Amino acid sequence: MLSKTSIDVRFNLKRSGFSLNVDVSIPGQGVTVIFGHSGSGKTSLLRCIAGLEKSPQGYLSVHGAVWQEGKRVIPTHKRPLGYVFQEASLFDHLTAQGNLNYAIKRSSDTVTSNEVEHIISLLGLSKVLDRFPSQLSGGERQRVAIARALLVKPKLLLMDEPLASLDVARKQEILPYLESLKQALNIPIIYVSHSPDEVARLADHIVALDQGNVVANGPMNEILSDLNFPLRLGEDTGVVLEGDVVERDTQWHLMRVQFGADKGTLNPVNSSLWVRDSGCALDKPVRVRILARDVSLALEHHENTSILNVLPGSVVEIASDVDDGMDLVKIDVGSTIILARISKRSVTHLELVANKQVWVQIKSAALVQ
Amino acid sequence: MGFTDADWSAIGLTIKLASVVTLLLLLIGTPIAWWLARTRSAWKGPIGAIVALPLVLPPTVLGFYLLLVMGPEGPIGQLTQWLGIGLLPFTFWGLVVASLFYSLPFVVQPIQNAFEAIGDRPFEVAATLRANAWGQFFTVAIPLAKPGFITASILGFAHTVGEFGVVLMIGGNIPEETRVISVQIYDHVESLEYTQAHWLAGGMVVFSFVVLLALYTFNRNRSSSASNGSSMRFGG
Repeated sequence: MLSKTSIDVRFNLKRSGFSLNVDVSIPGQGVTVIFGHSGSGKTSLLRCIAGLEKSPQGYLSVHGAVWQEGKRVIPTHKRPLGYVFQEASLFDHLTAQGNLNYAIKRSSDTVTSNEVEHIISLLGLSKVLDRFPSQLSGGERQRVAIARALLVKPKLLLMDEPLASLDVARKQEILPYLESLKQALNIPIIYVSHSPDEVARLADHIVALDQGNVVANGPMNEILSDLNFPLRLGEDTGVVLEGDVVERDTQWHLMRVQFGADKGTLNPVNSSLWVRDSGCALDKPVRVRILARDVSLALEHHENTSILNVLPGSVVEIASDVDDGMDLVKIDVGSTIILARISKRSVTHLELVANKQVWVQIKSAALVQ
Repeated sequence: MGFTDADWSAIGLTIKLASVVTLLLLLIGTPIAWWLARTRSAWKGPIGAIVALPLVLPPTVLGFYLLLVMGPEGPIGQLTQWLGIGLLPFTFWGLVVASLFYSLPFVVQPIQNAFEAIGDRPFEVAATLRANAWGQFFTVAIPLAKPGFITASILGFAHTVGEFGVVLMIGGNIPEETRVISVQIYDHVESLEYTQAHWLAGGMVVFSFVVLLALYTFNRNRSSSASNGSSMRFGG
């Protein structure tokens, strides 16, 4: 089926000791994270989509345009895509500006000087344009590479772990740029990552790969709250809630984030969280990440607790965690799903079963966007 | 004392020969080096070996076969006669053709190494930036392989200046036409004109030393500036 709104991907790739078998349809908008451990075939899949890797029996259509059908292959340089490699891979013989010009000259559409300025300021590059790649920091190089990929005016942006080769500080430097990019751009992004943190910050949709096979494919919330998600994340297990900043408590430096699909009709107490004030504007859409290990459960509501966020909910499902002593409990808090990672002993002690009413105590909720 | 008119003529001829050969070799050698660097064909080995043959063959062997091929009965000889050019042996252009073969590996190999050192990544990047194969070659391969081209030019020129065996076989000893420096030195020694021979031979030693010194200095500066710059640009 040709779909005008989706990206349909079908690839079979055999390499010695590795095979990739992918047949998925992903949304033609937002950020799709291809998630998996190293060696799961994420990068190979992305390279197939770009046409850098040859898959003779592949099929690929993007927004209804067929990029590959078996041996009929549109070569990479004729595909309207942008690609950011794991290492910045700037042209060493050109300055940052020269690297950008390389893209501008070859863009499928004319790039106006306004657009160039917009992208340069979006990625904070105005001060480094006359430097050569060897004179740039790792983070700056990667930002130039991202700007360069955007300046060919792609209809699909492919990013292969653009943060993987950077240290933690550089990652934190670039992530905000990626987040603002996501909001500023109206093109689908396919983003390869093995980092749950990047998934929490960026993903709208997740395709999980394991040993070359798709083991999960769906909206970010569904995948992360699925107790049977095959790629066990251990300590990183948790959900991401999308909501809006609706209230600011200046006395205690807190913000109230309201989430849930139907905000008007929900009881605000049950569908909002207090988080540390990050200074972001009211009514701004934000993401809050709640790790399962930071959630505990109680049968009674304790007033005298240091925990800010206590929500009533009911148990949906209980499953074993990777850790032998722990269980993962999925709780419906009315407006959304939250996961708690608690000891098996506690599950037995509290006699937790499906539909049991509990108080969900959220020890920490981090604003990730 | 100093150079005689005949010496000067030999020097001029040598420089002319080496310049023409170096230029032609850059044109011919670049596509060969590109193909050798990028191909996965089974022919890479055999073709690479043929290009490298002049490194190990005695120049007289090369000259002997070139003489046959370019002679009146040889295929190239037939062709040049048919084209109305006449026969190439014992002419300047015969010497050029012979030198092309003789110096080929000295030009192809540095360029091939430089192309290989670039790796696949910059070409993939260029492809994702809409550059086709020609664009990739001219905007990525050539500029990134520039040091290889400089080395190739220096080696090709210097090696052509130094040839003797092939010249004797193909060019003989015709003033203004094929009598290059090495042959002139041979003539001086034959006629026991040792002073004249010293001037030319000493000149060659100085020339060769200066060329190699320039080459090594250039390569050393390049590798140290490369290691000063930050790593991991096309790595991984």
